[in-house]
Amino acid sequence: MLIFQGGGPSENTSPEFMQAQMGKWMAWIEKLSKAGKYVSGEPLLPGGKLIKGKSKTVTDGPYTEGKEIVGGFFILNAENYDEAVKLCDDYPDYENGGSIQVRQVMKMDM
Amino acid sequence: MPGSPNINQVVDHLFRHESGRMVSVLSRLLGLQNLEAAQDIVQDTLLQAMNTWGFNGIPENPSGWLYRVAKNKAIDFLRRQKKFKEISPQYSYLLQSEYTLTSTVSNFFLDDEVQDSQLRMMFACSHPSIPEESQIALTLKTLCGLSVHEIAKAFLTNDEAISKRIYRAKEKIISEKIELNVPQGQELPQRLDVVLKCLYLLFNEGYNSSHPDKLIREDLCEEAIRLTYLLTLQSVTNLSRVNALLSLMCFQASRLQARVDDKGNIVLLKYQDRSKWYKPLIERGTVYLELASEMGEASPYHLEAAIASLHAVAPSFEQTDWKSIYDLYKSLYEIQPAPIVALNKAIASAYAISKEIALEQLLKIKGLEDYYLYHTSIGEIYFEMENKVKAKKYYEAALHLTTSHQEQQLLKRKIDSCEVV
Repeated sequence: MLIFQGGGPSENTSPEFMQAQMGKWMAWIEKLSKAGKYVSGEPLLPGGKLIKGKSKTVTDGPYTEGKEIVGGFFILNAENYDEAVKLCDDYPDYENGGSIQVRQVMKMDM
Repeated sequence: MPGSPNINQVVDHLFRHESGRMVSVLSRLLGLQNLEAAQDIVQDTLLQAMNTWGFNGIPENPSGWLYRVAKNKAIDFLRRQKKFKEISPQYSYLLQSEYTLTSTVSNFFLDDEVQDSQLRMMFACSHPSIPEESQIALTLKTLCGLSVHEIAKAFLTNDEAISKRIYRAKEKIISEKIELNVPQGQELPQRLDVVLKCLYLLFNEGYNSSHPDKLIREDLCEEAIRLTYLLTLQSVTNLSRVNALLSLMCFQASRLQARVDDKGNIVLLKYQDRSKWYKPLIERGTVYLELASEMGEASPYHLEAAIASLHAVAPSFEQTDWKSIYDLYKSLYEIQPAPIVALNKAIASAYAISKEIALEQLLKIKGLEDYYLYHTSIGEIYFEMENKVKAKKYYEAALHLTTSHQEQQLLKRKIDSCEVV
């Protein structure tokens, strides 16, 4: 699972840049799909709620800092972490301060 | 699994152009005083498109998708506002009722209305009370969807300077209570002239070879042509001089590819590979010039377009109809006695009559002492008269006056050629 953090456009990002960035995401997904690596993925809207503590206090969140906002996720097929990390080469938001958390989904043997 | 993710399905500059359209439509709906809110809604809409399309593929009708999202955001915005009268006095009663709110907003997004909104926005951006440089910056921001940073890059200045220009324009919109109207009656031609001037300057900014980035120059020219074309689509603004300006832009733009060589050096008209001139644009230019002539008027744009057309049809520099070009510049100088016109007239006279006449005319021009092309032109005439000492002197003066790297390279080559012999 790839979790994308930060790197999203700011208020001043130009339409032209957004369109170009979108093209890079599409090209990346297409490349992963063709290689049979892509399973699914969703973008996430900013904002959200954070529920915490015994009293289940609900606050706005989960993160307030732009660089911490999780912007979306992919589920990929990869043999191991090395391969998964390699598949992240084309992530379009490194230059914009974005980062990727690569996590292995735990498979339960039933 | 994403639908059919193919970026090629999205038209070039779709976001940028739709941004311009949506800002115009929303400003009309919310009132120009709420330009900021309109821009925020559009930015939000494009962000949403970027995220959704990037992950899930391009929808079948991308523009329709954007309009739907923008429309819903606008309706949300209107519902949150209590004081409708302050928003859009014209439509406030329709927007106050839930029965008519959605349909009223939807109507604004119909094709004809979108075009009409852009037209109104062009008049607002070129409002006479807004300073000229702010007019261009505001036009690029609101109608062409360029960011402050992109505009700053195009004008070789910093973001802060452009922000200030746009801020000043927005201040005027508030203080002068500028609304999105198409001027009526006698006011129309005058106001249209300001719009045309703004578009002309925008085009020249792109056509001006001083910018190091070719793509930016082409973008500015393209935007100017797009907006001028829009004026020809509306009957109220489809005037003779609008067609003339569009014709001029088409002729000039047809040479964009031939003006710079592979290394980015400037290629002068004389040495351009005329087979590289873009024929379809020359044809468009001819069509618009004919339309402009039919309507019987002779604005400076007519004369400039006519001059450009003579260059466009000439098989070579030497076979150019310099005599007619010189006559056209003479007519242009009569209605527009500016030193820059005098400069062009003098240059044309060198080929139409003689170098001596040209030199005499050139040396008489006042007010271009700081303009590098003035000195370059005099240098050029001396060079052709085999007076390399004087030619070099003028080329050197020009060299100090231009900051463009490309122009400097060109001048250095000229200076070198004065020394060879």
